[in-house]
Amino acid sequence: MSSKNEALFSKKNRKLITDPLNDNNPVTTQVLGICSALAITVQLKPAIVMALSVLAVLSVANVLVSLLRNLIPSRIRIIVQLVVIAALVILVDQVLKAFVYDVSKELSVFVGLIITNCIIMGRLEAFALGNTPWKAFLDGLGNAFGYGWILIAVAFFRELLGAGTLFGYPVIEKMGLYDLGYENNGMMILPPMALVTVGIIIWVQRAKNRDLIES
Amino acid sequence: MQDLVNIFIKSIFIDNMVFAYFLGMCSYLAVSKTVKTSIGLGFAVIFVLGITIPINYLLENFILKQGAMSWLSEDFASVDLSFLSFIMFIAVIASMVQLVEMIVEKFSPALYGSLGIFLPLIAVNCAILGGSLFMQERAYTSIVEATVFGLGSGIGWFLAIVGIAAIREKIRYSNVPGPLRGLGITFIITGLMGIAFMSFMGIKL
Repeated sequence: MSSKNEALFSKKNRKLITDPLNDNNPVTTQVLGICSALAITVQLKPAIVMALSVLAVLSVANVLVSLLRNLIPSRIRIIVQLVVIAALVILVDQVLKAFVYDVSKELSVFVGLIITNCIIMGRLEAFALGNTPWKAFLDGLGNAFGYGWILIAVAFFRELLGAGTLFGYPVIEKMGLYDLGYENNGMMILPPMALVTVGIIIWVQRAKNRDLIES
Repeated sequence: MQDLVNIFIKSIFIDNMVFAYFLGMCSYLAVSKTVKTSIGLGFAVIFVLGITIPINYLLENFILKQGAMSWLSEDFASVDLSFLSFIMFIAVIASMVQLVEMIVEKFSPALYGSLGIFLPLIAVNCAILGGSLFMQERAYTSIVEATVFGLGSGIGWFLAIVGIAAIREKIRYSNVPGPLRGLGITFIITGLMGIAFMSFMGIKL
């Protein structure tokens, strides 16, 4: 690897962050981490907390595994990775319980499920095991952002159309749309609509980027 | 007895792992291309959920929960180890999957042939860990209830993946708009199936 005389933010390294945002998005292209992306997107606040938690776990886990990559025997690497992830998730869970208890209650089991969030395992397997810590860190950041923006976009539409609020602030009511006969679409709050929303995001993304279309 | 039937029906239809909580979506999307492989994975999930949930139930109630260790001595009554539950549950799941794989390979090579490749995949299937975490959150009162819940959730997941696989086999002959092909349409069909499953919510148990 020629990373010794490579600048910290060389073109290649910048690509590690920008790629997962669109062309190689973990949710819509790599199909990783769908479970949590759908379940906690009824409102914006939990979605942002979840995105930040995944950001913390993914970037730190990527760096740790990348540092350990020459020490881990490949036969037991899954267990090692799981232990690293589980330890980090316990930390995140304790922090959430201490500082934002109500959101932590809302996320319920889904904080714990970051452990089995396939984005994290997937990136550890595919990237951190074969790259230097700095690159792994950038890759972690990039993928966490790619995951985060999908999460926030889905939550934005579901909260706005379903409940007429953003971060709990009644946007639609303040704009006076209810007086004109506007109604909230209660369906958007129900779980199945999260799937349809992600389906539509995929549709829009692939319509713009024809290379991604499956045959 | 009636409680058990209620938990069973509820975990299959009303609290369906896939349609109500989106658990196990990754393998649900990746392995649902043909009915045959999805049946294999579905059985493996039922199997592993039915085994790990009772074990994690015992772990939770005799070691991790606050005061759970008072059966050892009165001094432990105030010990609360529940923050360790994630790491304990995932360790149990990973090792049980390994153990199940070895046992199945030894005693039933035919079953191993059909489940084989899917078993290791299951260790990181969120439906399995999710089952254990829901078991912890809902605080079932006996190990029988926990086992029934585990089997029911597994069967619910099985139904979902076999259903979507059958639809995907047929949809290959339809003219889906290019950008929606593959992943996109699968998401939307899953959403529609979820809406269908929501009609079970009206059932009062």
